[in-house]
Amino acid sequence: MLSDQDRIFTNLYGLHSPDLEAAKKRGAWDGTKFLLDQGRDWIIDEMKGSGLRGRGGAGFPTGLKWSFMPKKSDGRPHYLVVNADESEPGTCKDREIMRHDPHLLIEGCLLASFAMGAHACYVYIRGEYVAEKFALQRAVDEAYAARLVGPSNIHDYPFDIYVHHGAGAYICGEETALIESLEGKKGMPRLKPPFPANMGLYGCPTTVNNVESIAVAGTILRRGGAWFAGLGGKNNTGTKLFCVSGHVNKPCNVEEELGITFRELIDKHCGGMRGGWDNLLCSIPGGSSVPLVPAEQIIDAKMDFDTLRNLGSGLGTAAVIVLDKSTDIVGAIARISYFYKHESCGQCTPCREGTGWMWRVLTRMAAGRAQKREIDMLLEVTKQVEGHTICALGDAAAWPIQGLIRHFRPEIEKRIDQYSANPHMDAVPMAAE
Amino acid sequence: MTKILVDGTEVDVPADYTLLQACEVAGAEIPRFCFHERLSIAGNCRMCLVELKGAPKPVASCAYAVKDCRPGPNGEPPEVLTRSGLTKKAREGVMEFLLINHPLDCPICDQGGHCDLQDQAMAYGVDSTRYHENKRAVEEKYIGPLVRTAMNRCIHCTRCVRFLAEVAGVPDLGAIGRGEDMEITSYLEQAMGSELQGNVADLCPVGALVHKPQSYNVRPWELHKTESVDVMDAVGSAIRVDARGREVMQIEPRISEEINEEWISDKTRHVVDGLRLQRLDRPFLRENGRLRPASWGEAFSAIAAKMKGADPKRVGALVGDLAGVEEIFALKQLMGSLGVTNLDARQTGEALDPAWGRAAYTFGPTIPGIERADAILLVGTNPRTEASLLNVRIRKRWRMAPLAVGLILDEQPDLTYPYTYLGAGTDTLTSLGKGEHSFFEILQKAEHPLIIVGEGALGVPGALAAAAALAKEVGAVAEGWNGFGVLQTAAARVGALDLGFVPGEGGLTFSQMLEPGALDVVFNLGADERAIPPGAFVIYQGTHGDAGASRADVILPGAAYTEKSATYVNLEGRVQMTNRAGFPPGDAREDWAILRALSDILGKRLPYDSLGGLRKALYAAHPHLAAVGSVEPSDMAALETLAALPGRSEKAAFASPVADFYLTNPIARSSRVLAECSGLARGRALEAAE
Repeated sequence: MLSDQDRIFTNLYGLHSPDLEAAKKRGAWDGTKFLLDQGRDWIIDEMKGSGLRGRGGAGFPTGLKWSFMPKKSDGRPHYLVVNADESEPGTCKDREIMRHDPHLLIEGCLLASFAMGAHACYVYIRGEYVAEKFALQRAVDEAYAARLVGPSNIHDYPFDIYVHHGAGAYICGEETALIESLEGKKGMPRLKPPFPANMGLYGCPTTVNNVESIAVAGTILRRGGAWFAGLGGKNNTGTKLFCVSGHVNKPCNVEEELGITFRELIDKHCGGMRGGWDNLLCSIPGGSSVPLVPAEQIIDAKMDFDTLRNLGSGLGTAAVIVLDKSTDIVGAIARISYFYKHESCGQCTPCREGTGWMWRVLTRMAAGRAQKREIDMLLEVTKQVEGHTICALGDAAAWPIQGLIRHFRPEIEKRIDQYSANPHMDAVPMAAE
Repeated sequence: MTKILVDGTEVDVPADYTLLQACEVAGAEIPRFCFHERLSIAGNCRMCLVELKGAPKPVASCAYAVKDCRPGPNGEPPEVLTRSGLTKKAREGVMEFLLINHPLDCPICDQGGHCDLQDQAMAYGVDSTRYHENKRAVEEKYIGPLVRTAMNRCIHCTRCVRFLAEVAGVPDLGAIGRGEDMEITSYLEQAMGSELQGNVADLCPVGALVHKPQSYNVRPWELHKTESVDVMDAVGSAIRVDARGREVMQIEPRISEEINEEWISDKTRHVVDGLRLQRLDRPFLRENGRLRPASWGEAFSAIAAKMKGADPKRVGALVGDLAGVEEIFALKQLMGSLGVTNLDARQTGEALDPAWGRAAYTFGPTIPGIERADAILLVGTNPRTEASLLNVRIRKRWRMAPLAVGLILDEQPDLTYPYTYLGAGTDTLTSLGKGEHSFFEILQKAEHPLIIVGEGALGVPGALAAAAALAKEVGAVAEGWNGFGVLQTAAARVGALDLGFVPGEGGLTFSQMLEPGALDVVFNLGADERAIPPGAFVIYQGTHGDAGASRADVILPGAAYTEKSATYVNLEGRVQMTNRAGFPPGDAREDWAILRALSDILGKRLPYDSLGGLRKALYAAHPHLAAVGSVEPSDMAALETLAALPGRSEKAAFASPVADFYLTNPIARSSRVLAECSGLARGRALEAAE
């Protein structure tokens, strides 16, 4: 269990004031100038040494990502874009950071921008996060007033930070769609390559990072990459905000070491499983887009990137959704499927057509109105969507269904049997009614 | 050059090629819907997915560059597999997704027979369906009088959106909604405001956008296709005329890199019904103030009676905008043998004299040459209405890299690219010539400045000379670059000037002939744009009952451009030939043959009995006309002559000769479809003025 002195987000629950004075007391903006004076390469090396993996879901090493930016500008400006479009169902960690610890984020923006030669940073906030937009904007205004950031600031590095409020589309959390949206276009993912590090915002080198990845940067640099690397396990280092929701006694956000076991996470922080551990059906460990993991596999699993990947799932954003045995699991996945159908941008064929198809079949299956052969057909359709789309939304729509069929095929078959065994007296609803 | 393996075949292609291009070089066919050579890459249909060795998932070959492929572990060239199981599976999957919501209405779909989806479903699809849900239903949209929509069929390739935004330069189409609710529409279902909108139906790979005027009328396999040339403007777009039986059903673009790439304007495409309506299908004679149908014999004898004893000085011949070189040549010979010197083919632009040389009346840089220009000055022309496809080239050039465009005209039209409005007329041109205007510097600094003089300026005395002097001053004409172009608007004009169909010694010009009492007999070969005053006896030879026919005393029915093989010289000076797609209606005849027959009656028989014979004589007199398809480089000394002309300083504004884009000639004015377009365009103009 993470000791209190190793916590990065010391105001995660909003017990203290989020404003600048209080944040400074908690350690933010401490020695930032000194960190900048160590130079770009030092910052990137420390970040690489910390082993920090991107907190937005894909788990790509953050230091490595920063190092992809051109070392010298070819005349085009560089940009840092912070992805605060936190829309993955189950995830609410960035929300807390922006509400209660915004200065960690702003400081991280300055450090990351400096490491990449960017003089401007855009924070793209999810449309529904209105309070967070005001909270962050307030903190940005404070930082400007205190000359911590701005065209001429006490750090001698001209730097502007802009808070941009999105309009509430899930797809705008995809980095290239976010860039399109930021440019004022319809939020549709771009084709890659070219990657944003070459051609990003306004055609300039851009790095898009998650809020949490950026917000931890200041503390990592202050305490050293080695400190961060010492937490967690190999290749899965550091601390992570877990958002536990679902059938636990006390759902919560908590900062924990990567590699904590599922059982410990629930018992220590969430008051235990509702109805005891025997009542656990399964868990979706990384936000709605990863496949579910059944109880017997998840219960003592370490919560980190590699363990969960080996279980056929993923850590994703560490939004742990816990489902107990009262759950209509087919219906639950059908609802997730509806979400992806609703949020598909419609640009490329497999996702546009496939998400609706999958949702419709799954909705029928939830009621049992299906044929058993359709289970395999559905699985095949998910494979036809997966990997054939421009962005990862197609994959995200396919994976929960694949997880369901992998682990709960008997449940679907049971529903179908029940439905067909049941003499239906009620008339089939007609379209005209 | 980069080596790449395609299905085991090694090919060497430039590094900036896409995989799709590399596969085509290797001879591997890649299915595609959204990809189009002349539009930006969208990569959204996913039909072109191929397996790339080493990539975690199949890649969209239309968007993936060869230079982005990683070589193998030992430096082997990257390998693309277009026939592997993974590729096949990906294509079948995408095809299934495209078809699940596509209606099965091929039997009533106008696209049937030339539908990409139909063809590729045959080649890459599976034969059965697994989709048992309800199909999506999408409301049809009104997007204008030329394109019918059937949005159930849309596969969201966005070719139409990209065409309008990129080539046509109007933001009229877009996609609204998200996911499977995404729909292509115009803003609040307004009509598209482009003169090139018909092309979106050509681009549509399915039957979602089809040509409205000929909808439910034609099937591609019942059409007889004839390659021809358009005469609606002086650009001479390459077209294909599709006829069923004797009736022209549709006009489609042909690919021609030199002229229209693969687009045509709506006027070119939808003039089709104009070819059927208001046709002159028999000779007419005016008796007691009314025209009555007559036989050829009656018509000819009436002409012979009038011509007998007529003073050649009181006889004139006018040539209109749609006449082919052959009939102009025959008319010139006939008039020459009668001793008539009052000849003119310049309904507009009388300032041009073929004696100065060809460079003085053609578009010197040629249309592809526009892409080399780095500063353009438009003098007295609105290229969007006068030569839409030429305007498309200017826009294409502007999209390639920033381009300074200056305009001198009495209005500030939307040219689909930004320009600097310099002024209205001669004053601006003069101050520009003196180097007093800032745009002068831009032209002077440009490596390839281009000055385009339109008919709006030709009508003002001295303007042509001033423009030529300016061109000389800024170095628009240099070794390897000819940056002085006259933008003609009439298909017949350059050909007529090549033949020298202008007043001979002591002859009257077009305007002089139209003065009341100037002539006793007027032979009018299809000139409908300017009114002939009462008094003279008018012989009208043409195709449509338009202004010229209603003023005529004798009407000789001729053949339209789709009904004869005729030579046209476009504004660049490119010699092109139309082909006969059908026969002229009723008693109407090919124009050269009418003149040949008339010459016999007048006792001045022309020395040829066939079109071949006529062309032999024509080529002997004008050898450059034999080189069909090419532009003969002009001698730029003409520019010196032009620049040295006495610059009469008359102050006037330049007005474009095209007041209504859709109604510039008798055929277009007979078309109902174009009349509707014209009405819409006028409505838009009024709305904009408010």
